[in-house]
Amino acid sequence: MSPRAASRLETLGYGSVYDYVAGKADWGSAGLPLEGENGSTTRAAAHARTDVPTCRLDESLQTVQRRVSDAGWETCFVVDAGGVVIGRLGRRALGSDDDLAVAVAMTEAPSTVRPSARLRDLVERMRRQNLSSLPVTTSDGRLVGLLLRETAEEAVQRLQQLRR
Amino acid sequence: MAVPATRADVQRLVGERAQLVEVLPAAEYADEHLPGAINIPLQELAEAAPSRLDPSRPVIVYCYDHQ
Repeated sequence: MSPRAASRLETLGYGSVYDYVAGKADWGSAGLPLEGENGSTTRAAAHARTDVPTCRLDESLQTVQRRVSDAGWETCFVVDAGGVVIGRLGRRALGSDDDLAVAVAMTEAPSTVRPSARLRDLVERMRRQNLSSLPVTTSDGRLVGLLLRETAEEAVQRLQQLRR
Repeated sequence: MAVPATRADVQRLVGERAQLVEVLPAAEYADEHLPGAINIPLQELAEAAPSRLDPSRPVIVYCYDHQ
């Protein structure tokens, strides 16, 4: 639709016309703010915990276990230098007594959702799939945070009450 | 011919006073839109553009995605 709009504007005499073809789907999936009735406050990014621990592939599991435990978490995301999610260390890996490399202990390529995913859809998904959390990443794979089911459920309830 | 714009282009151009226009129907704009965007649905563009868009400034149009 936007190419037709751009073309029409040019026929109307507008000389400097740009077409953002990727549109608001691209904007939202990059974690950038959206306004409107279902703007950013109703999306995953606004409610994700951004303090979730991260580690690098070449760290030792024991080092990471201490850091994650001290921070009060039971999960950790393995990211590269650009913050792109490579894997996840869950409760089992973080509770292991084996002195492994993170690369061996992690679960590869965890399933993620986009920052602009609608909160109510994610709550339904977490309930259906019995998930306690969902990692939120941008369209280029960078970690935004971790959406906890409890947080998301509370937020959906709060938003519903505000609309009544 | 219109210039294709990336996300970074949009951020830069808006900072340079470009006009951001969502050309989807009003209900979709009300649901969600980019900050600072105005809504002129495609069907109303020819009629509304002269009164709502300044021809001396760049205009960026967008919809939902590539479709």
